[in-house]
Amino acid sequence: MAQHKINYLQEAGLPVALTTVDKLVQWGRSNSLWPLTYGLACCAIEMMATGASRYDFDRFGTIFRASPRQSDVLIIAGTLTKKHAPFMRRLYDQMPDPKWVISMGSCANTGGMFNTYATVQGADRIVPVDIYLPGCAPRPETLQYALMLLQKKIRSEKASRKLAPKRLV
Amino acid sequence: MRPYSDKQNVQKKPYYSDRYFVAPQIPKEAVESDAVFAKDLATLQAKFEIKEAYIQRGQLVVYIDPKDNVAVLQTLKEACAYNMLSEHSAIDWLAKSNEFELFYQLLSTSKRKRLRVKCFIHAKEVLQSVYGVYKSADWAEREMYDMFGISISGHPYMKRLLMPDDWFGHPLLKTYPLHGDEAARWYEIDKIFGKEYRDIIGPEERDSARVDENDTYRFARLGHEVPFGAEPSLEKTFHDYQEEGGVTIVKTLKKSESKLVKERP
Amino acid sequence: MQKVNRLKPFFENIAFEREDNHMIVNFGPQHPSAHGQLRLILELDGEKVSKATPDIGYLHRGMEKMAENMIYNEFLPTTDRMDYIAATSNNYGFALAVETLIGLEVPRRAKVIRMLLLELNRITSHLFWLATHALDVGAMTIFLYAFREREYALDLIEDYCGARLTHSSVRIGGVPLDLPKGWLEKLNAYVNRLPYDIEDYEGLLDQNRIWKMRLEGVGIVTPEQAQSWGCSGPMLRGSGIAWDIRKEEPYELYDEVDFDVPVSTTCDSYGRYKLHMEEMRQSIRILKQLMPMYDETAPEIIAHAPQYVSAPKEQIMTQNYSLMQHFVLVTQGMKPPVGEVYVPTESPKGELGFYINSQGDPYPYRLKLRAPSFFHTALLQEMLVGEYLADVVAIIGNANIVFGEIDR
Repeated sequence: MAQHKINYLQEAGLPVALTTVDKLVQWGRSNSLWPLTYGLACCAIEMMATGASRYDFDRFGTIFRASPRQSDVLIIAGTLTKKHAPFMRRLYDQMPDPKWVISMGSCANTGGMFNTYATVQGADRIVPVDIYLPGCAPRPETLQYALMLLQKKIRSEKASRKLAPKRLV
Repeated sequence: MRPYSDKQNVQKKPYYSDRYFVAPQIPKEAVESDAVFAKDLATLQAKFEIKEAYIQRGQLVVYIDPKDNVAVLQTLKEACAYNMLSEHSAIDWLAKSNEFELFYQLLSTSKRKRLRVKCFIHAKEVLQSVYGVYKSADWAEREMYDMFGISISGHPYMKRLLMPDDWFGHPLLKTYPLHGDEAARWYEIDKIFGKEYRDIIGPEERDSARVDENDTYRFARLGHEVPFGAEPSLEKTFHDYQEEGGVTIVKTLKKSESKLVKERP
Repeated sequence: MQKVNRLKPFFENIAFEREDNHMIVNFGPQHPSAHGQLRLILELDGEKVSKATPDIGYLHRGMEKMAENMIYNEFLPTTDRMDYIAATSNNYGFALAVETLIGLEVPRRAKVIRMLLLELNRITSHLFWLATHALDVGAMTIFLYAFREREYALDLIEDYCGARLTHSSVRIGGVPLDLPKGWLEKLNAYVNRLPYDIEDYEGLLDQNRIWKMRLEGVGIVTPEQAQSWGCSGPMLRGSGIAWDIRKEEPYELYDEVDFDVPVSTTCDSYGRYKLHMEEMRQSIRILKQLMPMYDETAPEIIAHAPQYVSAPKEQIMTQNYSLMQHFVLVTQGMKPPVGEVYVPTESPKGELGFYINSQGDPYPYRLKLRAPSFFHTALLQEMLVGEYLADVVAIIGNANIVFGEIDR
């Protein structure tokens, strides 16, 4: 029947790539991380600068989304206060799985310089955090590096992992 | 060695005090030295009781009776052209005399003068709102209520401004600790997870200088990172953000191929 | 994990007259166009806002309480985080307040450097305002262009103090560093280029039909409203009142430089947009006059007042007495005289005032931060009434509010 004959065993003749589902899925996930536009304080300005002309976040496949329902990464950019904490938890719960959290800046990591009655001492008291960025405020390069590390972390995870609750604190 | 005292009480008494140090005073000038202020003060004195008046760093300070506050500001706005209320807040003197000191910072754009009206009220005294005279008092008074618990009558919407509605206590009182009271410390845990989660999540770490005995083990050496809880190792860790073999389609960064530019393009 | 019903409903404790079929819309605190954590509860009649209730405090970090527990120099970096778009203007406002309190005269070179930084900060702040405001209205191009120019200005600031956002580049009594070599040439190149960029933005926006439709006649602030609500800065000048603290109550060397105070009499958003653009041009004008002034000054950059201010770093490292003085000032803090001051400065947003009540202790007894945006946000409850829902975002963007300084 066949009018032509392809030797599939020749080099580069096989039109399929073999990989595991895990690798394929996580490769896809890691290269299209959509963070939520969640600016809290000073770090939000650096987050915007990362998205703007010079640093150009889009080339990582990172497009800011305004709705938690469409995003996979929550970048906590700034001071999390006690008044705002329930709202952040609500947004985190609204995000579809799988989801990751980057805590950007000292305030989100530990409360930072604001060791007062009104600030949450570390966003990891409210949501589980994957990457902590040091700095006050971290430079855009730091945020880019954090995102690359997160991509690496995602690629090493199992796609089908039964989303075990992450360690809180 | 001087004795150490708790830093949380620093507001009550500085932990170091120089016995022979007498703090100098900022000079107070007589009101007569400035013709514009003297005229304003005369307008006020004709109608109200003025307890004290002086000029400090170029601004007139007038002490009035708290019951007159609305009328005094009305007069200043209409007769003396003080058209803006820039700031209004309180100072806590509860420990000293069980009083709050209030100040209204006024500005006259036509005369280029700033004036501060001050008065003392008792802890439980109710103050009349000046919202009818200057609308900028709206949020200033709400903030004052929020931070000091000073009650104000005649305000259209008296409610906490900065702190949540279910907050306990008034943060700027000197008796309120900087790190928050018991309710404040567990506020977000109680609200989000419930009181039963207090034990699971644990108390806040407020001491920025605390050293944990496990710190040496938990933090790996730079370049020799190990997984959480593992023994430290001497093996060098792979530092690139991509895996050894690279990632499909994504371009691999090679440090040897990178070049340094002197100027930003 | 979280029990959803534990969270109270959105409209707790907010009284609404529910006689008619008005709709209530919750806006924020996480909204991409809310410029931070503003929460607005809007009552809508059809598409028009009939009542607006701003809810703030989502970024309240207790700065005033912190100030009461810190020595003066310790508090200075905290002021960076107030108006984080133009951090130096806050540093400067606080430093000037403390200097007025202790009656300190700053060396001339420090004054010139401070003014250079202040005006550069005004430019970055206005560029940021333009970028985000245009993005909210829908002009993505301007966002990318304005951020590009802002990055160049940030490069200059970074060259000087090492930080992009939170500079802390002003100290009480002067500035910590002299300008690096070649900095003025770089600034000159930037300043010569920026007017053409501003022209570009205006070329894209001025006659843009969408931009004009969204801004003209929107967000009217009458002069009476502006005065009564305590507006300042561009919001006040946008209502036809020529009041610029740099001009009226000059501090630093603002009485020696020549600049105009732009005023808009249209009272609407479009007028305020033109005003911001003009203010950037005036800042460039000031910067151009300052550059030759720098070379004429003596090299001192920090005031000589051993009781209050540490000596320059070289002196601390080489002279015993300076080191001792520095040690005392760092561990115990300086003790300013007893008294109170209220010092206003013209920040990019408006009148930024610091009220300090000192009782002779190393800590201020009471420190009140008068933030311009606080009063501009309060005005929203009157400004938004009668506007369309779609214009709410444009008005918030135009008011140039920053939550770091509203909530403090």
